[in-house]
Amino acid sequence: MARGGTRAVLLLQDGTALQGEGFGARAISQGELVFNTSMTGYQEALTDPSYAGQILLMTNPLIGNYGINAKDFESDKVQPRGFVVRNLSPDFSHMEAIEGVDAFLERYGVPGITGIDTRFLVRKIRTKGVMPALLATYEGDFDFKKLKVDFDYSGKDFVREVTTQKPKTFGTSGPSGKRVVLIDYGVKMGIVRELVARGCEVIVVPSFSTVEQIKSHKPDGILLSNGPGDPAILTETHKTIRELAKSHPVFGICLGHQLLAHAFKGSTYKQKFGHRGANHPVLERKTGRVSITTQNHGYAVDPERVPDGFEITHVNLNDNTVEGMEHKELPVFSVQYHPEASPGPHDSKQLFDRFVKMMEAR
Amino acid sequence: MAGTKKVLVIGSGPIVIGQSAEFDYSGTQACRALREEGVEVVLVNSNPATIQTDKETADRVYIEPLTAEILERIIEREKPSGILATVGGQTGLNLAMELHRKGILQKHGVEFMGTDAEAIEKAESREKFNVTMRSIGIPLLPGQIVHDFESAKKFAEKIGYPVIARPSFTLGGTGGGTAYDESQLKDILDLGFRLSATGEVLVEKSGIGWGEFEYEVIRDADGNSVIICTMENFDPLGIHTGESIVAAPVQTLSDRDNQMLRDASIRIVGAIGVKGSCNVQFALNQQTGQYVVIEVNPRLSRSSALASKATGYPIARVATKIALGKKLHEVKNAITGTSAAFEPALDYVVLKIPRWPFDKFSKSNRTLGTMMKSTGEAMAIGRTFEEALMKAMRSLDVKPPKAIRPQWHLNPATDQRLYAIFEALRKGMTVDELNKETKIHKWFLERVKGLVALETEIANTNQPLTPELLLRAKRNGFPDSLIANLKSMNELEVRSLRKKHGILPTYKIVDSCAGEFEAVTPYYYSTYEKENEAIPEAARKILVIGSGPIRIGQGIEFDYCCSHAAFALRELGIKSIMVNNNPETVSTDFDSSDRLYFEPLVFEDVMNIVENENPEGVIVQLGGQTSLNLAHRLADAGVRILGTQLEGIDVAENRERFRELSEKLAIPQPPNGTATGDGEAHRIANRIGYPVVVRPSYVISGRGMAIVNDDNELTAFMAGAAEISNGSPVLIDKYLDNAIEAEVDAIGDGKDLFIGAIMEHIEPAGVHSGDANIVLPPLRMSKEARKTIVEYSEKIASSLATVGLINIQYAVKDNKVYILEANPRASRTVPYVSKAIGVPMVKMAVRVILGEKLKNLKPSPRGKIFAVKSVVFPFLKLAGTDISLGPEMRSTGETMGLGKTFELAYYKALMAAGVSMKQAGNVPVAFLSLRDEDKKMVPELAKVLASLGFEVCGTKGTVEGIPGACPIPKIGQGSPDVLDTIRSRKVGIIINTPRKGGSSSTDGFKIRRAAIEQGIPCLTNINTAFEFLKALKELKDKPLEVRTVEEWIQ
Repeated sequence: MARGGTRAVLLLQDGTALQGEGFGARAISQGELVFNTSMTGYQEALTDPSYAGQILLMTNPLIGNYGINAKDFESDKVQPRGFVVRNLSPDFSHMEAIEGVDAFLERYGVPGITGIDTRFLVRKIRTKGVMPALLATYEGDFDFKKLKVDFDYSGKDFVREVTTQKPKTFGTSGPSGKRVVLIDYGVKMGIVRELVARGCEVIVVPSFSTVEQIKSHKPDGILLSNGPGDPAILTETHKTIRELAKSHPVFGICLGHQLLAHAFKGSTYKQKFGHRGANHPVLERKTGRVSITTQNHGYAVDPERVPDGFEITHVNLNDNTVEGMEHKELPVFSVQYHPEASPGPHDSKQLFDRFVKMMEAR
Repeated sequence: MAGTKKVLVIGSGPIVIGQSAEFDYSGTQACRALREEGVEVVLVNSNPATIQTDKETADRVYIEPLTAEILERIIEREKPSGILATVGGQTGLNLAMELHRKGILQKHGVEFMGTDAEAIEKAESREKFNVTMRSIGIPLLPGQIVHDFESAKKFAEKIGYPVIARPSFTLGGTGGGTAYDESQLKDILDLGFRLSATGEVLVEKSGIGWGEFEYEVIRDADGNSVIICTMENFDPLGIHTGESIVAAPVQTLSDRDNQMLRDASIRIVGAIGVKGSCNVQFALNQQTGQYVVIEVNPRLSRSSALASKATGYPIARVATKIALGKKLHEVKNAITGTSAAFEPALDYVVLKIPRWPFDKFSKSNRTLGTMMKSTGEAMAIGRTFEEALMKAMRSLDVKPPKAIRPQWHLNPATDQRLYAIFEALRKGMTVDELNKETKIHKWFLERVKGLVALETEIANTNQPLTPELLLRAKRNGFPDSLIANLKSMNELEVRSLRKKHGILPTYKIVDSCAGEFEAVTPYYYSTYEKENEAIPEAARKILVIGSGPIRIGQGIEFDYCCSHAAFALRELGIKSIMVNNNPETVSTDFDSSDRLYFEPLVFEDVMNIVENENPEGVIVQLGGQTSLNLAHRLADAGVRILGTQLEGIDVAENRERFRELSEKLAIPQPPNGTATGDGEAHRIANRIGYPVVVRPSYVISGRGMAIVNDDNELTAFMAGAAEISNGSPVLIDKYLDNAIEAEVDAIGDGKDLFIGAIMEHIEPAGVHSGDANIVLPPLRMSKEARKTIVEYSEKIASSLATVGLINIQYAVKDNKVYILEANPRASRTVPYVSKAIGVPMVKMAVRVILGEKLKNLKPSPRGKIFAVKSVVFPFLKLAGTDISLGPEMRSTGETMGLGKTFELAYYKALMAAGVSMKQAGNVPVAFLSLRDEDKKMVPELAKVLASLGFEVCGTKGTVEGIPGACPIPKIGQGSPDVLDTIRSRKVGIIINTPRKGGSSSTDGFKIRRAAIEQGIPCLTNINTAFEFLKALKELKDKPLEVRTVEEWIQ
């Protein structure tokens, strides 16, 4: 579809092999195969650092219709290691579009496959769970029988790959503005944008920053960002967070939420196939309000081991998983979902207001 | 709302353009949802052809006219505590508001359930809506509410033409339109002011060419809101969304665009205060990113039905639970077992294409605009846009035009525009050029271009039909028949080639969650993929073939029949498999049958289902002509047809064979002959003498049928008739002047025949049975004639080896019974008869089809009452159409009136059909203009009118010599002339009998159009007129008696 003659194959760890048409870069790539059910927002998903180490499948069969624009970047590159769609649009048409998905992926060296039964793969993942896969694009004869899926997602520190190497500052705090240190585990720019829009100065620091380094910025609050991988292995950050939470308002998002749980002796587990999409209903227990949320995670906080001093404030209406928690005394709270949306519904943006208020109340 | 025990549900009445089967679907779902919560449901609807009016759906079912006075009587009787105003379309909503405004609801302590009067007012009144939108900063097109032409003109000049005029509180954009200059504005407003319930019309800047988008929202009393479905119109703004091709989900929006409209939807619905379901329409300028809200519908709508079927999310059910006070998350999602508070994710593309009635109204203006003209729609699902488009096109059951000149259809758009786009691309027009001409988004045009390119590739004689190409064609939705055509093969060759290469359809589930959760919905669509999810069950199962889009002649009645078949099979413990493609219907509700295949109703797609499921047989007799016409090819492919066999179907449908059968059985037919060519036709016509009736074979609802008066007309008609009939013979029979037409609906079991009812037409033979007012039991027919009809029916049914339903039509003249035709299938009167006699005819027919015997089933008709079926016509919407009736059916819907006397039943049936009895009763001037044949009746007519207190006026030729009558000059020959008189609304009733259909330049035609536009009862048949006056006399000042159906027929 994208370019005549380019072929691709997707191999799964269980031996499943699907052949389709290739697009993007000519490459062989491995990662954990996950699916996202959001119907718009492929550009934001493709640039979301939480997809590091993964091959992303979009369940919406039509991808690329409105191309790629200059605005909807969540980071400065394509993050997943491969892209799987049912039907990549050979053309695109939108007033903001600057290039197509094919060219975009090629520029960032990421291979894609189109024309395959993606729903079959979704159903497989739903029953068997996420699994490692290999995506190869090629021209002409190619013996993919020799290829082997030998990738292992678990135990890898993907945060190291995506975090900023040195502090970066966004926005300026005006007279009443607050300074936020955002610990970057793979942050989506949407989070930064929301804080800046609320008059905050945001200092994005590396995930490996020490307590002292962070405190040296004199933050009014700490934001724990989203990011890829298993929160349990990031033991150093658990300690850092625990320490910071004693003295600062803290807002955790996604991986940041899971790390916060670990910091307070809670625990996380790997879900069968996670939550990735823009339609997850979350109930706020106290108010009975429902928000439709954007989510992208493969691990979740264990409700059986509620972190010390915390209570569960939000649950997922589909499967009752933990979606949010807050400390009973400290100004510390977190959500599993993405209040910055991008892509997805804007139902939860007031959480940033809440964080700003917490900083102001201090 | 807690503790609500009894709720009044208002249905939407007869099917009209803009208000179709979707309200039976949503209304039925609502009734069931209420009863699940232990609420007693009182239902009022005048349309008998609805599942909603089945006694199984509601506790107390009233088939009574939908007017405020009738509803008040029902409220007095039933004392409900709540009213559900949002499931009966615009009709139900407007009625509830009328009851509210008149203080009737308050007086009887009836509360709005869910979205209340204040919210409805905010959404429906243009003035209040605009104020509400401004208060929350939602942009609107510049517009102004006007109550008179002068201010409209001033405003239009200020903002510049073109402008759009939209009357408040009307249905399907009735009376609205786009004006490019002052004179057009005047024409539109003349009608618009009259039609608007509040006399107000919105004049607004036209955003013609902007993209049009719809968001379907559900909101609960706490303000929790979810978007069930996003939809994008293929046709940009300027064409009513009901007239547009619509895709779901949106295809050309980025997430930022999408969230902008989602946010706006939620804020709008919140500001209005919706508690339930609401549809929000936007226009988006895709060059600048600027958007405006166009309008909202704070109720279940055609779009919400489409959204339900497109996503699998039962909007009506959830909205009803919310109306009862439940919170969104407290309602369960029946599909996945999770909460209803979520937003469906689609992993396919849905496409809807409207079905227009221009095959029936060839003289009507085919241009599309802001007013609806389509009667129904077909929906298709595919994994690509191309696949969905090709499936939707063949689901329409319309022959594509043989030749088309694109420039005539692109701008302004006509119903043929999609075909014109294909043709323009074939002829080398570029996407850019087309986009300039039509403003259709380039992404959509590119898809069509791809289809045209694929077509060319296949047609290339140097290009062999490789498995790769064949698979690509199938994945782009190409039917075997088209591939065959392009390759000069026959369809079955392509089919077997496909099978040889293992290119078989797979079926995927519509599960509302893109596969994320395990779904229990057995709702499938076909596509060409790797995995087939429709694994056949090892059980007894039967396939029921549905009837497709609603069109004139094949309406909701057939969906009623198909749904009943599924219910009957369920009762019998047999798995029912439904195939249909109409998103508005009960039959395509995923819990109506055990398995639903949302597929085109053509041989290839139906046969594929048969091969996947291997059912023990197929029922073809319930889905109208669409399903019946599939019988031959299915049987040839070895499929077992259940019920009446092909031989019987063929004898009945083939005019020549049926003529032979009648002769053999010594059943008189009007003098006739069958012809396949023009010469033969003339010989027959001249032998039997004009006027004659021409009837093509294998047609629905008199397609191409006509009364023909002379040789010239016959030549003209034969041209059309032969094509419609596809080479099968055309029957030409003597027109029996002033005969009584009668028909029966019956069930045969191969041996016995159960006659549900003998029905008598109020109009004389020659008016299509679907357009006639019908009464049962017969009124004027002798006992002897009835006996003869029973006898003939038994003979015919047994000769055709009828198993299941049959409809037979007769003419009775001078006590002699002639047979006209037999239809070996469910007829459109089956629901009406079933309700009038209290016997579920379809369920019984299904049992018989499965081998049970009538003597064991012992059907026993109840009811010693009169039941009259009346009809509604789409004339107001279709400019240029004459309203006089003939043998070709033109009505869209039907009503039923019940009463102990004929007069009461007839009066109510007409009232339900929208005949303004008030106008007739209160303005004591009658206008007469009769054809020569009827003029002898004028003295008697004048006498009856006088006795009713009417002053009689009319054309000179009609009222000359009638004492006290006042002649009025013909159009343009005096002042005030005939038209002025009618337009001044000083006439209460018009009786105008036309000589024949034809030229729209005649005075008669203009008189009838004026009557329609003024809402004055206009009777075009002398018999109808006398019966009408009789009823009027009887009931003018009396309160009308209302009862539940069960009470009536007890």
